[in-house]
Amino acid sequence: MAVVFQKTSMLTDAPFHYCPGCTHGIIHRLVAEVLDELGVGETAIGVAPVGCAVFAYNYFNCDMMEAAHGRAPACATGAKRVHPDKVVFTYQGDGDLASIGAAEIVHAAARGEKITTIFVNNAIYGMTGGQMAPTSLPGQITTTSPYGRNTEVCGFPVNMSEMLSQLNGPAYIERVSVHDVKNVVRAKQAIKKAFQAQIDGKGFSMVEVLSTCPTNWGMTPQEALKWLEENMIPQFPLGVYKEV
Amino acid sequence: MAKVLMKGNEAIAEAAILAGCRFFFGYPITPQNQIPEYMSKRMPKVGGCFLQAESEVSAINMVYGAAGAGARVMTSSSSPGISLKQEGISYAVGAELPLVVVNMVRGGPGLGSIQPAQSDYFQATRGGGHGDYRLICFAPANVQEAVDLMGKAFDLADQYRNPVMMLGDGMLGQIMEPVEMPQPRKEALPAKKWAAGQPGRSERAIINSLYIDPAACEEHNNDLTKKYKVIEENEVMVENIDTEGADIIVVAYGTMARVCMRAAREAKEKLGLKVGIVRPITVWPYPYKAVYEAAVQPSVKAVVSIEMSCGQMVDDVRIAVNGAKPVSFYGRTGGVVPTVKDILNYLSGIKEGK
Repeated sequence: MAVVFQKTSMLTDAPFHYCPGCTHGIIHRLVAEVLDELGVGETAIGVAPVGCAVFAYNYFNCDMMEAAHGRAPACATGAKRVHPDKVVFTYQGDGDLASIGAAEIVHAAARGEKITTIFVNNAIYGMTGGQMAPTSLPGQITTTSPYGRNTEVCGFPVNMSEMLSQLNGPAYIERVSVHDVKNVVRAKQAIKKAFQAQIDGKGFSMVEVLSTCPTNWGMTPQEALKWLEENMIPQFPLGVYKEV
Repeated sequence: MAKVLMKGNEAIAEAAILAGCRFFFGYPITPQNQIPEYMSKRMPKVGGCFLQAESEVSAINMVYGAAGAGARVMTSSSSPGISLKQEGISYAVGAELPLVVVNMVRGGPGLGSIQPAQSDYFQATRGGGHGDYRLICFAPANVQEAVDLMGKAFDLADQYRNPVMMLGDGMLGQIMEPVEMPQPRKEALPAKKWAAGQPGRSERAIINSLYIDPAACEEHNNDLTKKYKVIEENEVMVENIDTEGADIIVVAYGTMARVCMRAAREAKEKLGLKVGIVRPITVWPYPYKAVYEAAVQPSVKAVVSIEMSCGQMVDDVRIAVNGAKPVSFYGRTGGVVPTVKDILNYLSGIKEGK
């Protein structure tokens, strides 16, 4: 019988622990497929974050490291300096990358560290149960902003792609979304471009992927996709922010 | 090989390179700046990598990544910076990564001072970060000993897959002494099939300290504990100086021991006191047996822990002596080094039964 579809060999058979409707699964598959298609999966080294993707080392079928919270870009830097010929990537959430790991990502980007970062932005701390993230929207209700994010008290969302694109080190930065099929296809193209920039030795690359968290947003998966499109994209516009 | 006059920090850096270390990640802090400065000059010449990180936190996590990728790697810092590195050290212990951390201790707490101190003893010997663990911890007393221990530090880190700390102080880092450098390591570094990016392996490497199932986490801790038992049995290093038949046993480590050695000579001449010194070279594993055996000799009236702190190692001395003899403490802190005169005053007080 002809095989019309096959799971990429770059994902293990371990069942995902992600909540139903969460888009992490889609993003994992896109990254894995790209590694496979670029022919670098066998030798790639991935770095998992602390957060919802903490178990990513169980899913990506390559050498993996689990870093301390926010430190994945530093950890990836160490690995890349030891193995400059191998593809090294981090997979991080918004709390990990834009809050506790803000210094590590900024300086990895500034150094033009030849790594690729997949930045999954769902505007909330998922793993710990729905606390306010650096990317939570003004007015967004979370367990630590029960009256809605008050910008007078806790400021404004951090737009990482825009920030990092001001540096000279990054070679490719794009923000994408996975809220519908068309955008999933675009997200994959962006992820491929980012890894290609690393393979070509151009510098740091990052794809920010807007993602849903139905569980902690308190929505159905369908409502969450719609909320992402209507609320997150105006705050976090999609597009290429840096291409060298 | 002829002796060369070198600053402690630079000699330690060169000794690391001679031992095959080719990756260094650090961040400036006094009084250890000559280590990263020296590395930044030398590493490119030997095909190695020096990288100044944006913080100590980042530096130790770069070390984590490089160690996880199979490299012989180190970092160095001083007390406030070592506090920041504790996160990464704890993770490296959990993931069983071999790496070397140099701490040129300065006065604390907080920013403290930049002068020599031994006030990080608890942190160095009790683990330092969160979780149940220990670091093999060397406390060299002079530049030659520091240089000689550097290769051993890397080898033991590899052998036990555990971070190793070199516990110096501002004096050891800044002092210039004649030193005979070891021969460059000729043999290949040990293969690390468990590490990321290694050839010829059937299973993928996972570098990780997360054991979400408590039973698995306990088992992991029990495995670490077994490893630490083996280290305690095999890796204790200690020097006994004139301890046989001594009236007083002084326990002192690192540069403090050197001041005590001079004080012991003068105590004999000026006070007629026979002072023996037990000098731990490893402060973990601690030479409990050597301290106990020196202390329980019938001639010994008292045991004194002399430190550049408010009294930290004295806890280990009390554990070692276990009530067999009176144990007391003398020290100065905050970057003040006890002088020979200070020590003689204290010892004469003990003699007079004060």
